[in-house]
Amino acid sequence: MRKLLDRFESDFHPGGKWEKLYPLFEAIDTFLYKPKSTTKNSSHVRDNIDLKRVMITVWLATFPAMFFGMWNIGFQANSIMADIGMTSQDGIRGAIIGLLAGYDATSVWDNMIHGAAYFLPIYITTFVVGITWEIIFATVRKHEVNEGFFVTSILFSLSCPPDLPLWMVAIGISFGVVIGKEIFGGTGKNFLNPALTGRAFLYFAYPAYMSGDAVWTAVDGYSGATMLSLAASEGLPNASEAYTWMESFIGTIPGSIGETSTLAILLGGFVLLYMKIASWRIVAGILVGSMVLSELFNLFNSDNPMFSLPFYWHWVIGGFAFGAIFMATDPVSAAMTNSGKFWYGILIGVMVILIRVANPAFPEGMMLAILFANLFAPLFDHFAVNANIRRRLARGK
Amino acid sequence: MEYYFSLLVRSIFIDNIALSMFLGMCTFIALSKKIDAAIGLGIAVIVVQTITVPVNNIIYNYLLADGALSWAGLENVDLSFLVFLCFIGVIASIVQILEMVLDKYVPALYNALGVFLPLITVNCAILGGSLLMQERGYNLAESVVFGFGSGTSWALAIVVLAGIREKLKYSDIPEGLQGLGIVFITVGLISLGFMSFGGIDL
Repeated sequence: MRKLLDRFESDFHPGGKWEKLYPLFEAIDTFLYKPKSTTKNSSHVRDNIDLKRVMITVWLATFPAMFFGMWNIGFQANSIMADIGMTSQDGIRGAIIGLLAGYDATSVWDNMIHGAAYFLPIYITTFVVGITWEIIFATVRKHEVNEGFFVTSILFSLSCPPDLPLWMVAIGISFGVVIGKEIFGGTGKNFLNPALTGRAFLYFAYPAYMSGDAVWTAVDGYSGATMLSLAASEGLPNASEAYTWMESFIGTIPGSIGETSTLAILLGGFVLLYMKIASWRIVAGILVGSMVLSELFNLFNSDNPMFSLPFYWHWVIGGFAFGAIFMATDPVSAAMTNSGKFWYGILIGVMVILIRVANPAFPEGMMLAILFANLFAPLFDHFAVNANIRRRLARGK
Repeated sequence: MEYYFSLLVRSIFIDNIALSMFLGMCTFIALSKKIDAAIGLGIAVIVVQTITVPVNNIIYNYLLADGALSWAGLENVDLSFLVFLCFIGVIASIVQILEMVLDKYVPALYNALGVFLPLITVNCAILGGSLLMQERGYNLAESVVFGFGSGTSWALAIVVLAGIREKLKYSDIPEGLQGLGIVFITVGLISLGFMSFGGIDL
């Protein structure tokens, strides 16, 4: 493999046959092997962790959530099919599942295959469409294809509902990558999280597919509400009859692919927090903000059942954990300064509860809360920097 | 009290005058390069809006609206076709008066606002605020709250945009989009973010 790459390398350098496709070559080369180039001038930071490794770590950290998500799609679909007496899925997915596995909800293998039949097409579509845009931009604008897209693609596909049509997946990731990131110059130069931008675009463009009741289980014609919309429509006592807190924590509830299991997300999250890739200040801010506001709402007496939902329920249902660990801590779109990060987290926590409780149009608030806080992140930084300047000036007097 | 509070929240976040109605775009885009300048302009807009909307409200309700002149014995006079003329005149003169008053009594604030104050005369968010007040039939108290709220919403939006534009200085934007193009896209993305308030019903 190394020899093969070396043989073709000269073709991609300026003057070579495929000069224009150099970014593509570079991407494949550095994905497979450690880059040969090192910093030549006096370098400032010596660290064995570079952007590439950070991104790959995040990508790996989503794996528990991803595998659990696949199992859960299959588990939900198989249980419901058993309930309503369906014996097989239609179409190509049915053929694949029939070939490799059955429809038994108690079998881990059957559930995994069933889930993979839904998740993998979404992920592959996301990846292929997104990487195509990346390569087009990289080629035309002569920058390098960046591993950031691994993270964007996995986060985007994990935040989709399992039954989302694939053409929408393609549109969503195109919007996210092109408008959310590439027109600002690529990874590190955007101000919104590209995965979230794409998802928000789909959310407002095709609300029924992104948040209706029919999309959360991978069975045609069956509609099952998520825990959040149950809690909003019928109140916690009724909703917790359908799914207990523990089930919500472990994740055997309907929902977007990667968001259901708080446990699996925490597994990946601890790795990220331990390696300081995800900032604990942001996560702490989110927890504090959401806890304070939901306690405040609990004090009110209201007809709206969401007002009385305690914070530990908010933490386990919907996309809360997924957003807090993976989406909000995106180093590019979050605040950069330490105190800025904390306030940024608090803003997310407050907004997510506010949207969930006070906004009947959107049952889920995590995505919008993070997008909203992304907008304010530069401001938090500005004020943190100014406060620093003022403090130091005062010290000098 | 609760009603006024929800009117305030609605005019700041849900019906954000810059991001959901796209009023006052010229100053919004021209003066959002620096956060400090944006904050100064934002404060000026809040002040002017909080004064002009109630003043226009009084003028409309006691002089211009259909039958408003009944206190002078003229029941059948309808001067509402003069609304545009009167509102813009009121705004321009109030801005001028405010400028002179500030110059005389609060020179520090006058210097801080600087050139922004006269600029506000031609800001369509200000005229838009007054016209929305007339269209929605607010009374005096409501118009004070609405004036303050819509001014604040505009100030909030321009400060957010300025923050992002300061960050975008480090971006590598394609040639064709540099300058205004990317600002328009940014504003679009900001209003996507503000859509989180879209369905709140207070």
